[in-house]
Amino acid sequence: MSEGDTLLYLDGVTVSFDGFKALNALSLTLEEGEMRAMVGPNGAGKTTMMDVITGKTRPDSGKVVFGKDTDLTRLDEPAIASLGIGRKFQKPTVFEPHTVWDNLLLALAGDRGARFTLFARETPEEKRRIESILETTRLTDQRKRRSADLSHGQKQWLEIGMLLAQEPKLLLVDEPVAGMTDAETEQTAVLLREINKTRSVVVVEHDMAFVRALGVKVTVLHEGSVLSEGSLDFVSEDPKVIEVYLGR
Amino acid sequence: MKLDRTSFITLIAVMGAALVLALLNQMTAAASAAHVPTYVIALAGKYLCFAMLALAVDLVWGFAGILSLGHAAFFALGGYAMGMYLMRQIGTRGVYGNPNLPDFMVFLGWKALPWYWTGFEWFGFAILMAMLVPAVLAGVFGWLAFRSRVTGVYLSIITQALTYALLLAFFRNDMGFGGNNGMTDFKDILGFNVQADSTRSALLVISAVVLCGQFLLARFVVDSRFGKILIAVRDTESRTRFLGYRPESYKLVVWVLSAIMAGIGGALYVPQVGIINPSEFAPGNSIEAVIWVAVGGRGTLVGAILGAIIVNFGKTWFTGALPEVWLYALGAMFIFVTLFLPRGVMGLVRTSAPKEPEPETPAVAAAHEVTG
Amino acid sequence: MPRLIALLLLIVLVLPGSRAHADDAYDALSASALAISPESFDSVRHGIEQLAESGDPRAAVVIGALHDGTLYANDDHALFIQQPDGSYVDAHTGAKAPDVTDDDVKKVRVNNAVRSAIDAALGGLQLFAPDAPTRLHAATAVFTSHDPAALPALKKALAKESDPAVKRLMEQAQAAALLSAPDASEAEKLDAVATLRARGDQDARSVLSALAGQSGPVGTAAAAAVVSIDHFLQIWSVAQSVYYGISLGSVLLLAAAGLAITFGVMGVINMAHGEMVMIGAYVTFVVQQLMHAYLPSLYGISLLIAVPMAFLVSGAVGVVIERSLIRWLYGRPLETLLATWGLSLVLQQVVRSLFGANNQDVDTPGWMSGAFQLGGLTLTWNRLYIIIFAFLVVAALMAALRYTPLGLRMRAVTQNRRMAAAMGIRTPWIDALTFGLGSGIAGIAGVALSQIDNVSPNLGQGYIIDSFMVVVFGGVGNLWGTTLGALTLGIVNKFLEPIAGAVLGKIIVLVLLILFVQRNPRGMFPLKGRAVEA
Repeated sequence: MSEGDTLLYLDGVTVSFDGFKALNALSLTLEEGEMRAMVGPNGAGKTTMMDVITGKTRPDSGKVVFGKDTDLTRLDEPAIASLGIGRKFQKPTVFEPHTVWDNLLLALAGDRGARFTLFARETPEEKRRIESILETTRLTDQRKRRSADLSHGQKQWLEIGMLLAQEPKLLLVDEPVAGMTDAETEQTAVLLREINKTRSVVVVEHDMAFVRALGVKVTVLHEGSVLSEGSLDFVSEDPKVIEVYLGR
Repeated sequence: MKLDRTSFITLIAVMGAALVLALLNQMTAAASAAHVPTYVIALAGKYLCFAMLALAVDLVWGFAGILSLGHAAFFALGGYAMGMYLMRQIGTRGVYGNPNLPDFMVFLGWKALPWYWTGFEWFGFAILMAMLVPAVLAGVFGWLAFRSRVTGVYLSIITQALTYALLLAFFRNDMGFGGNNGMTDFKDILGFNVQADSTRSALLVISAVVLCGQFLLARFVVDSRFGKILIAVRDTESRTRFLGYRPESYKLVVWVLSAIMAGIGGALYVPQVGIINPSEFAPGNSIEAVIWVAVGGRGTLVGAILGAIIVNFGKTWFTGALPEVWLYALGAMFIFVTLFLPRGVMGLVRTSAPKEPEPETPAVAAAHEVTG
Repeated sequence: MPRLIALLLLIVLVLPGSRAHADDAYDALSASALAISPESFDSVRHGIEQLAESGDPRAAVVIGALHDGTLYANDDHALFIQQPDGSYVDAHTGAKAPDVTDDDVKKVRVNNAVRSAIDAALGGLQLFAPDAPTRLHAATAVFTSHDPAALPALKKALAKESDPAVKRLMEQAQAAALLSAPDASEAEKLDAVATLRARGDQDARSVLSALAGQSGPVGTAAAAAVVSIDHFLQIWSVAQSVYYGISLGSVLLLAAAGLAITFGVMGVINMAHGEMVMIGAYVTFVVQQLMHAYLPSLYGISLLIAVPMAFLVSGAVGVVIERSLIRWLYGRPLETLLATWGLSLVLQQVVRSLFGANNQDVDTPGWMSGAFQLGGLTLTWNRLYIIIFAFLVVAALMAALRYTPLGLRMRAVTQNRRMAAAMGIRTPWIDALTFGLGSGIAGIAGVALSQIDNVSPNLGQGYIIDSFMVVVFGGVGNLWGTTLGALTLGIVNKFLEPIAGAVLGKIIVLVLLILFVQRNPRGMFPLKGRAVEA
């Protein structure tokens, strides 16, 4: 089961909003190079978990450790992003007034300081990297278009492309195929598997066909904690999971 | 840096108009039909200073999404710095003839110049302060506000409270800035009589040069990668954070830069209108500056300059011809522009002028919907 | 001068205690009336005191004339009072003296000593006035002057006094006067110190502190009394500051309550909110004018009628604004801000065109004017009513949101617009009504503010920044927070004022608020949850 060192480790993470526990002593371990699918009904805490990992929400208690010993609960979003954790939102969020090219340019790993960007010029190296990402995400023809004019699926890919440009160690992907056509969904699964060759990925998804297509270990969240974990076949046989999804 | 056609035309127009007005004032006889009276020169200079304020507002509102309702405070602070220099130049020509103390201090029975007036007898120091004081205030305020992620209308309202607090403060006599009456009756600037036609013409041309310089600087900033990030912050702040950018430092940089630009505008404004008083801090002034930008077209820079000149020209005309109607017109302008002209005059120019060489691509058309 | 000397002797011998004759008093006055020498002024002074003592019915008139400078004397030492029309009457009898002309008489002169004798005498005379308020007033005057000369009059007045409040004040006045009397016994003085200590206010303190430095038991008692009063005053001054703070807070609360609906619940930045308040104040003015003209008998309750009228008018204006302007700008807060600011300029100008730029007089009804004492507190009725009114308005607003069908729908729409629409709630209509409700509340605030502020087109401008601050400070969308926020701001403001001065106090509050909002962008009572971030 384990193929490398632990990349991300959540221990007893609890987050409550006005008494409602969005996460309830959630514990989770992710290996280096692993791809993990997270499923669970609405309100199970999937998005809150991502918020906690990326520093948007501070947990009331619990530990979130990245890599060997980096405590993520002490860092804010930009710091966590700079450590190499990229996040794709449920709703595609790209910089709409900018062209596809510029979106990728801004996402490229590099100096994020104002002093640098004020005088920065595009280097040949940057151009080469953007070209290659355009290739991967099949957006080469769209490079000059404003991202606001892209189709829904193209925006999703652009956002994944921006994540790649960040060169993260870990990608958090929230419902990447929501609203995509079947063909696009398939291509996305291929794309994610491709990405997983070099980086760890956590995918939150409702679409079971897509999860099956990914063919990875699945974690089922329910009411803020892990209900079941294992292969898709294993968890779909789990009586607890069946009860949550079908029972009552 | 590449300049687009509209920017180029704007620069030429501003410089050209200022030079022509100044020359017509200086080179023609008062009786001549081509003569431009000095009050027009002063008025034009005032408009250009307002254009600097508008440019500053557009930089933060149009490109960083910070709607400042207190930008006139930076303008006024710059103005006060210049006013202090001009007061020190009066010397013994004041009513009380005191070589060191401005009249209002003598009137208040003060014996010595307060420490914070030190150095204002030097022009260079005053100019430095006209930039530094707004910069420091903006820096402290922005550092607090942006770091704690105060955004949108909350930020707008506290900027308004900021200028309101300064308004109250400058009304106080014991602040040492002339209280209610402010500072006026200036005599010299760098040894030239501020009332003289030639000084006025020179100030107009200097204002035009400074405005063009500010415009080029703003253009450089928004066209840089920094500017692209700023726009990204404006539209999707949280996304930039997850990409590893710190929106607060980007906002702070542009906010301080904008405050400095406004301060310079204020410093040039004071010798041309001959007075600075606390009413410049009134919240209404800051909001008027925002409407200049809205009228001209937010986020275009050129529109800010255009809007400041159009609205202020309208104001001058209305208050002369139909003073009652001006507030109706101003109020209606706020409503009309926000409801029907979200892209301002620049939006009109771009959509209704088919002669423009670049064809209307779907991308541009969509931009009208998105950024409106 | 022999008569004068005799008179002086008489005074020394007879006073205080027995009644002097009015005739002698007149003589004393008139004999020296026209002379100008220290002795003659003394004589006039004694004459005045005697006259006041005499109980002569015309005494008040004559001394009053001396006070007003209309008492004249002729060479025969007869006294006359000049009437407003220039004619003269005999001072002693009040009979007309038609043959006296300006040439016959000269004005009776006074100096400072005489003037204070006049004041004391007039005060003393009023101690016997038939109506209690005048007596109370006179006793206050005596207390303030604490002139021992008033002692005999006070003693007599006290014997007759039946009103307990007046009686208590007279006793205090007597105590104050006794303490400055050189011939009072130590026991009397100690009693007096106790009386003043019991009174325990600033005036009592100033009388006592003059004695506190003296040696002997009286000085010690006075010093102790001063300490006790200081302590007492300190407690009351804190209470008074709290009261003023609550009063200011209630005004802020009134101004902000409507905003708590439009901004707090709906999220609409209405910069014309202050103008809704201003319209409410003008409605009050118009209602008063109409009632004055057509229903004078009900004029006393005009404010009560103005409250619903202001609610309706401002509310209707609000509905019109929402339908015509705001609804196009939902989700664009910055544009809303600009458009409503423009609207506020237009509304101000409309009112200016209709009513002029000047302040309008709005009357304060009798039952709202005046003040009363509560322990060491001075409470004005209008402030007290406004405090009560503010809390009633907020309570009514909370009840309306909580218990009425409209309130339920409003909450439904603000919580989940699409769901509410799916349930058959006509959301645009609810938006308009919610905005109307907030505006109407602002109008009601205008009625209250018309009582304490100038009713002018600029009325609303002064409240808009404060109102937003209150709502943000209290936590957006939370009426309890708004209430606490308003009161906190009011009280902090009033506590800073004596330390820093009114303007600086306000600046400090603003700066503190700015810092607070930056630290807690969601106010004192933030709503937590996933939806908030969105």
